[in-house]
Amino acid sequence: MRWAELVMAIVMAIFSLYLMVKSAELPIGWITGEGPGGGAFPFWLAAGMLACCIWTIVSWFRKTNPFSRSDEPYMDKATLKLFLIGAGSLTAMVGLFHIIGVYATLPLFLIFYMRVLGGHSWTLTGAFAAITPVVTFLFFEITLNITLPKGYSEPLFYPLYDFFY
Amino acid sequence: MNILQKTGMIGLGTALVLGLAVTSVPKDAAAGWEPRKPVEFVIMAGKGGGADKMARLMQTVIAKKKFASKPFTPINKPGGSGAEALVYLKQKTGDNHVIMVTLNSFYTTPLRQPGLGIDISTFTPIGRMAEDTFLLWVHSDTSIMNVGDFVKAAKAKGNKWIMAGTGKASEDNLLTDFLNKAYGLKMTYVPYKGGGKVAKELAGKNADSTVNNPSEQLGFYEAGKTRPLAAFTPTRLPLFKDAPTFKELGKDFVYFMQRSVVGAPGMSGEAAAYYQGVFKKVYDSAEWQKYMKKKSLQGDFLTGDALKAYWKNEKTIHRAMLKKMGEIK
Amino acid sequence: MDIFNLLMDGFAVAFLPLNLMLIVLGCTVGLFIGAMPGLGSVNGVAIVLPMTFLVPPASAIIFLAALYYGAMYGGAISSIMLGIPGASTAVATVFDGRPMAMKGLADKALVGAATASFVGGTISVVLFTLFAPPLAEVALTFGAPEEFALMLLAFATFIGLGGDDISKTFFSIFIGLVFSAVGLDIVSGQPRLIFMDIPGFFHGINFLVLAIGIYGIGEMLWVMETSQGKVMVSQATVTVKRVMNSLREVVHAYKPMVMGSFLGYFVGILPAAGATPGSLMAYGVAKSIAKDPDSFGTGNLEGVVAPESANNAASTGSMLPMLTLGIPGSPTTAILLGGMVIWGLEPGPMLFVNHKEFVWGLIASLYAANLFALILNIAFIPAFIWVLKLPFTILAPIIFILCMIGGYAPTQDMHDVWLMLIFGVMAYLMRKLDYPMAPAVLAIVLGPLAEASLRQSLIISHGSFDIFFTRWASGTIAVIAIILLVLPVLKMLKTRLIDNNVSKKPG
Repeated sequence: MRWAELVMAIVMAIFSLYLMVKSAELPIGWITGEGPGGGAFPFWLAAGMLACCIWTIVSWFRKTNPFSRSDEPYMDKATLKLFLIGAGSLTAMVGLFHIIGVYATLPLFLIFYMRVLGGHSWTLTGAFAAITPVVTFLFFEITLNITLPKGYSEPLFYPLYDFFY
Repeated sequence: MNILQKTGMIGLGTALVLGLAVTSVPKDAAAGWEPRKPVEFVIMAGKGGGADKMARLMQTVIAKKKFASKPFTPINKPGGSGAEALVYLKQKTGDNHVIMVTLNSFYTTPLRQPGLGIDISTFTPIGRMAEDTFLLWVHSDTSIMNVGDFVKAAKAKGNKWIMAGTGKASEDNLLTDFLNKAYGLKMTYVPYKGGGKVAKELAGKNADSTVNNPSEQLGFYEAGKTRPLAAFTPTRLPLFKDAPTFKELGKDFVYFMQRSVVGAPGMSGEAAAYYQGVFKKVYDSAEWQKYMKKKSLQGDFLTGDALKAYWKNEKTIHRAMLKKMGEIK
Repeated sequence: MDIFNLLMDGFAVAFLPLNLMLIVLGCTVGLFIGAMPGLGSVNGVAIVLPMTFLVPPASAIIFLAALYYGAMYGGAISSIMLGIPGASTAVATVFDGRPMAMKGLADKALVGAATASFVGGTISVVLFTLFAPPLAEVALTFGAPEEFALMLLAFATFIGLGGDDISKTFFSIFIGLVFSAVGLDIVSGQPRLIFMDIPGFFHGINFLVLAIGIYGIGEMLWVMETSQGKVMVSQATVTVKRVMNSLREVVHAYKPMVMGSFLGYFVGILPAAGATPGSLMAYGVAKSIAKDPDSFGTGNLEGVVAPESANNAASTGSMLPMLTLGIPGSPTTAILLGGMVIWGLEPGPMLFVNHKEFVWGLIASLYAANLFALILNIAFIPAFIWVLKLPFTILAPIIFILCMIGGYAPTQDMHDVWLMLIFGVMAYLMRKLDYPMAPAVLAIVLGPLAEASLRQSLIISHGSFDIFFTRWASGTIAVIAIILLVLPVLKMLKTRLIDNNVSKKPG
């Protein structure tokens, strides 16, 4: 926790600096007779972010903040594993949306969670994996008229569209 | 086991899709190009604005009268005064299933943000559905009855005279700039989000004047809260017969807001012809004609090269106007 | 009593068999759309709009109103059950609704939310019936300075929502405000903060992207860690007896409900304000008038009923500027407005004169929809509780999928899905270090309103701050806001001084 606190504050301080630089592309000062310029609002708020980060860093060095005294690890091994599984599977899912589309990704994602992680029976997993894309399609595409990304699987859906419309 | 199940599933899915394919042979395959999937109907403005309302009316007419075999699904992309929508269409070059409703930011945004690399002459012309008009409005509690009174009052107040409009370098701002120059005024221009909000600022006396479209100001006008002074049109508008045109008043200035539909660049000729047909039918429909009359919209249906020539001409006009304002070099 | 008769005529229309059926159908569909994170009343109303040309306009409006109310109720369900606010109006419901669900009191929270929504809806309809035209006049005079003063007040009421670490709370507020500035600067017409020139940033950072990222993905990762992948809520139960007991308890919380209803209604009326600031302010006020303000945020029923009564009252309130001024107070009313135009009804000051039967039919159907949404909502509670009892390895992937698709649906841009994922992961990592997240979510909702109204005011006044105090309405609100802002700071300094004295004595 001790080091994570410092690293996070430094990373956020750098991010604040980036925001300030980016905001400064528009006038950040006071324009006479008009009030603040277009970049003023984000610039000074980003400066506020930076100040908060510096405050956190200072209290870290003075050890006035509970995290700066904590010897607990930021993530133990089991937590790290869970985090990597969670964040990794989500990243993989969003990435696959682009390639094989939502409807092919959903069953894979469900199989991963229910069968591989959860150890549920194949019957249950299969039922969820088969029903979820169908319900999603009927609800979003047919009822709500919201087209979800399909990647390279798009031509497979042409007959379905012909059927429903 | 895992792989076996997966292949089984995929096989099942394919069978399902094929089965459906067999049961639904395309109805009239010989009748030329038809969309294969729902058509993305991009709107270059936010929800609830003038362009949005019109797009949703077009979508409804198409669905109700079955002008197209697949639905048109509206998507709002208002970001960066239309920059987001323009870049999106450019990315979709060659796509036959993306069309867009545009307004005058179609000219001004690429001019003001050359970094986007947008060349509007590459976009596929589909149809100009209407031209929206502009009028100069004041609150009806004032004693301002005509443009002469307006100039006198605005001169007396100097830069304390508030003109409300829809965003910097927007159509409203161009018109305000014209009025300031033509009559030697120093009105302060305050940008708001959306024409409805602007109309309300005038009715609530938080602004001294506006240059709203009739559709935005009509409700307050009918309630007797606001008064049109003059129109930026070549001839008087049937709805506001008492308001002269600026041309009559000796200032040769005419300005319209286009309401057009464009397709992604590089769209196939057959697809473009298909959409042109659909929107011609929409234009001719009773619903659209009624809407045009009610909102005092002008303009004939333009398409193909005529629409391209219109864009070229308008772009030149807007370049000159933005230059005068100092917005571009 | 003219108005009363008009309302009765409206009810006569609303209770025709076809319309009654449409109300039940609309409420049910709305309830489910609203309960999905990312989808709210906007989507529901937008989708149904083209279909409404198949039935007469009166029935169409009734269907839309039912859907609208169903979705408003549904938003609370997602906030309580999943901890993900389905819409910005339901953010404040998460603060106490979620902890209640985690304690196994989900049924009580749901009953509370439903009842409060009903009370809010009822009070606001009565207020609407009695005072619509004069209030429309007041709403009309509200300009940019008044709007800014109101935003100041909204910030002031929830300043105390952060965590213990002041630097991190302020960091959260600031980052939310900066993110709200991404996209287009409407005053100068320039794009700004387009990170790495990615076109997706042109439309700004949608509130939903941040909220689903933080409350959906971030929260689920957090739950995964704390439960180590077992179950989320084990002791969720529901019986008729428990529901009756909950109802009794909810009735005792009538004070925050009535307060929320009035506050929500009046804030909702103001154009551009809408239901979100209304519900946040109701939460803040409920906390400050409560006997035990410290229990807020840990699962206090009053913290659920106050914002829920306010957001329903505000959604009725926001109909007023839409109908009388043609100004939509929320995206949903913007779509409704579009629909009315297509039906040939011109919203604006003349609507109340020319189309009386339409206006009162709409009000009556809102009211009827409110009643049915309450009944349906309570009837569905066992089903919602059942969902909570699903094993984590089934519930988690379904919530993740809902988040992903819900994040995609509003803008239909994969850019937003990626952004949401990044926000979710960062929120999880920062939450472990006690960075509070709620202030950022609130800031991103209120930021654009606050900045635009501030700068518009200053342009009008040519850069002078006097404008906020020389106008009676903005002056009054601004002074109250400043007092509220200064009070906690004084209190904090005082306790600090005392603490210091106490801690110094032994040393």
